[in-house]
Amino acid sequence: MTPRPITFQGYRRPDGRVGVRNHLLVVPTVICASVVAERVAAAVAPIGTALPHTAGCGQLGPDMHTTHDTLAAYCGHPNVGAVLVIALGCEQVVAQHLANAAQKAGKPSQIVAIQSEGGTVRATARAIEIAREMVAALAQTPREMVDLTSLILSVKCGGSDYTSGLASNPALGRVADRLVELGGSAVLGEIAEIMGAEHLLAARAPNAETAVRLLRVINRVESEAMALGLDIRGTQPSPGNIRGGLTTIEEKSLGATHKGGERTPLADVVGYAAPIVRKGLTVMDTPGLDVESVTGMVGGGAQVVVFTTGLGTPTGNPIAPVIKITGNARTAVSMADNIDLDVSGVLDNRETLDAAAARLFDEVVAVCSGRETATERLGFREFAIHRRNPTI
Amino acid sequence: MNPVIVISDADNVATALEALSPGTVLDGIGSVTVRDPIPRGHKIALRAIAAGSSVMKYGSPIGVAIADIPPGAHVHTHNVSSARGRGDLTRHDASAADGRIAEPPDDKGNP
Repeated sequence: MTPRPITFQGYRRPDGRVGVRNHLLVVPTVICASVVAERVAAAVAPIGTALPHTAGCGQLGPDMHTTHDTLAAYCGHPNVGAVLVIALGCEQVVAQHLANAAQKAGKPSQIVAIQSEGGTVRATARAIEIAREMVAALAQTPREMVDLTSLILSVKCGGSDYTSGLASNPALGRVADRLVELGGSAVLGEIAEIMGAEHLLAARAPNAETAVRLLRVINRVESEAMALGLDIRGTQPSPGNIRGGLTTIEEKSLGATHKGGERTPLADVVGYAAPIVRKGLTVMDTPGLDVESVTGMVGGGAQVVVFTTGLGTPTGNPIAPVIKITGNARTAVSMADNIDLDVSGVLDNRETLDAAAARLFDEVVAVCSGRETATERLGFREFAIHRRNPTI
Repeated sequence: MNPVIVISDADNVATALEALSPGTVLDGIGSVTVRDPIPRGHKIALRAIAAGSSVMKYGSPIGVAIADIPPGAHVHTHNVSSARGRGDLTRHDASAADGRIAEPPDDKGNP
């Protein structure tokens, strides 16, 4: 690749992290406060963005911790400039803990509780008033020149077809390799979609311990799927994947794993939404479901997501820009509204993989400096916290 | 544009970059004659793959042939089975599932 810019215009945060967006995050503690949070965020969109979710109560043990930790991770995330917590009053997730997570990262935070405010009408009005003040203050935050070493890139694929493994995922893998060479980091989730390609990733681990941690996570997910007594082909590959020419999970995984690069060392294996702290490639324990997976990787600290797709998918994230690329020339036209970058030229020799990767790298830098993505333009801000256990 | 792409020398299938009709002769990959209609994006056998042997793509096994697959045949879910996540083939036993030990995969990529 020719020399590329290695700086972008980002937001320096008091805790030393760097954001690529400057959102007011409106966080409901519990499903019961989700609609109020969405209404408040809508009044100050697109700076205001909500995290509507279905949890926050009725959970025990690990799921409760996952809900709390994921919400807290978003409160501390560098793409967030300020936090407004919307509580109900009787739920499990503690509003003050979320406000504390924001404060610990040096961000202003406030809480509005529906029960103590005297109902949803008063709570919504009060919260919108506070949100307007917070957004006005955020507008004063300047972008500054920062270098790429602070970036964590989430790599994701969804709606895959035969073009994903041949064009878009290898192009993204080259971007991940280049970013890591420049001192940045990348995170790969979707454990089920490593099944069948784990030998390639394990070979990139610097030590046996990291390789074994990867294999243990994959074995656990495979065991959980098998414990249902069913063929994983019921969901992996998905019906659309199969129509698109993918036959088995191994084939899908071998194509999918390309997006984590070809040579970047496997630095770490972390739990869902857990902080990404090592340089290089981190594998995160997320399910394959797109929104839960992206929610976890952004929670871990990824500021930007590149999402490859063959068949086309719309989903985004509340706080991180999601860049959609496709290697399918038909999808690039038929879903043009949802696609940021077309790399289909790789398959008919109009473009080399390296050239496609260079364009994608430039796009990532531009988006980090503020260029709007298709998901942002269309308001796709899906958020879903992974859960393993029953609601009690 | 080549009508098919072979990713690795170790592969016994190619991916069709356009729909292929029976009777078409594909040169440059050892002269394979297309036997079945192959939809765009689907796979075609480059050589005979015996039932029970590995189907190879990306230089790695992507599954096991569940029928003898002749050269030029469509290779998909009707004649290839996944070797992974097959809870349908396993009488579930919680202790067995929990007791699986992570081992590095063997040289065929099987764990």
